[in-house]
Amino acid sequence: MSEPLVELRHVGHRYGNGAPVLRDVDLRIGGESMLGIVGPSGSGKTTLLRVLLGMVRPGHGHVERREGLRLGYVPQVEVVDWNFPVTVLETVLMARPARRLRPWATTVEKAEAEAVLERLGIAGLGRRHIRELSGGQQQRVFIARALLGQPELLLLDEPTSGVDVRTRHEVLHLLEELHRDGLAVVLTTHDLNGMAAHLPELLCLNVSVQAAGPPLAVLRPDVLERTYGAPMDVLEHAGLPFVVDRPGVRVS
Amino acid sequence: MNWLTEPLGFEFVRNALVVCTVAGALCGLLGVFVTLRGMSYIGHGLSHAIFGGAALCAAIGVNFFVGAGIWGLASGLAVGRVTRRRIIGADAAIGVITTASFAFGIVLLGFYTRVKQSIEATVFGSVLGVSSGDVLLILGVTVGSVAVIVANYRSLLFTTFDPEVAEVTGVKVARIDALLMLLLSVAILSSMKVLGVTLIAAALVLPAVVARMLTDSFTRMLWLSSAIGATTGFTGMFLSYHLDVASGATIVLTGFVVFAVVFAITGRRGLRRAAGLDDHHGSAPDVTPLRAVR
Repeated sequence: MSEPLVELRHVGHRYGNGAPVLRDVDLRIGGESMLGIVGPSGSGKTTLLRVLLGMVRPGHGHVERREGLRLGYVPQVEVVDWNFPVTVLETVLMARPARRLRPWATTVEKAEAEAVLERLGIAGLGRRHIRELSGGQQQRVFIARALLGQPELLLLDEPTSGVDVRTRHEVLHLLEELHRDGLAVVLTTHDLNGMAAHLPELLCLNVSVQAAGPPLAVLRPDVLERTYGAPMDVLEHAGLPFVVDRPGVRVS
Repeated sequence: MNWLTEPLGFEFVRNALVVCTVAGALCGLLGVFVTLRGMSYIGHGLSHAIFGGAALCAAIGVNFFVGAGIWGLASGLAVGRVTRRRIIGADAAIGVITTASFAFGIVLLGFYTRVKQSIEATVFGSVLGVSSGDVLLILGVTVGSVAVIVANYRSLLFTTFDPEVAEVTGVKVARIDALLMLLLSVAILSSMKVLGVTLIAAALVLPAVVARMLTDSFTRMLWLSSAIGATTGFTGMFLSYHLDVASGATIVLTGFVVFAVVFAITGRRGLRRAAGLDDHHGSAPDVTPLRAVR
């Protein structure tokens, strides 16, 4: 097992005097990791992602980040201002700090950005406004912006939230490809079944870690009931678990 | 032709033309960041806060630019602090702190009659007595502001578009925000004489809104907004001289005419582009990924 990129030990956090949003979380992210953090709304997924990013300093526990670790972050598409006047190329290039005191991008910088766009299958869209793209293309633009910084660990907040099935497949296949090329990936999601088909590791979170490991080991009725507070059944198809609501059961 | 050349015979008009044109361009340039960050009300609030500082300086005989500048910056930082701590909302924080400062200025002016006569000029803007010192001041502030914006272009763009990711990527967001607040305070201070306290916010917002209606590119928006600000400043100043009304009012009205013309030309497309302004943070996408899949 390689040296961890980020390691959390007994991490706990609360905002102000509120209830804990994270409690006693242990997590190790290595260079080989491709992890999906699943859990209901308010379970602490986004806070955990922010702790990994260094945006939140937890009230308890220890966070160790490998020195000089390069992080890439892709926010939720719901929080992006799609009306903001930027083109695809401007969006991707804003992540690259200007090396000289001039506002415009150099030929080398433009070539680097174009290369990333080409790698993600959206070459030729550089001059388009970000609003004019499809859902999958929009996700790819923000992944491209994160990749321009050549990260070792890519963190994505709900990359499949609010997208249709086709876009979800596009995004998850792309992340699998990037992972095969050596990038560690951590994402948060509500979408249980989509993750089971694409991610080798899942972490069920509801303030504390309910279970962690391969999808078949994590997506179990008892774990899901603890995590979501609702009874669910798990079916198996082609070696993959599929979560379904238990019919006729009223959640108290 | 005489209509155009006659005002140029007076030195104060020549000075005022330069100040109005440059101040218009400067406000147009900074207005892009102000509107895209959803801070339009901050421009309005800062100018009101600075008025309180200006009145205090006049009453106690302290240098106007030093006193009002410190007062304005302190008000801006206080607004930022109250907002960040979420004690009250941003708009409410601006409303409380800056209008209190404005009211304080009005009270001071009531007590000190020697500064009372300048109240109308301060509130609505005046070109009378614009000196070559004022010209040098606005030119210096504009050159300095452009240099700061050029040197920090990507950080300013990144923090305006996506402050959270900018922070993760290593941009010092708090420093960039404070820098922008400083530029805004200095720009308001140096433009206040000709634009007036109550109308300076419009000089910040109008050119940027019109530019947004015309383009989908950030870089083009910066150029267009500055050019529109300069043109309305120049034209408004000429109108102010001929109509013998406050310069701030004619500049803002000229800007409104430009807005109406551009609106008539661009129609719903322009309006749709400008619709998202001032609703930046946490706004929902107007095209959802679900709908956008082709």
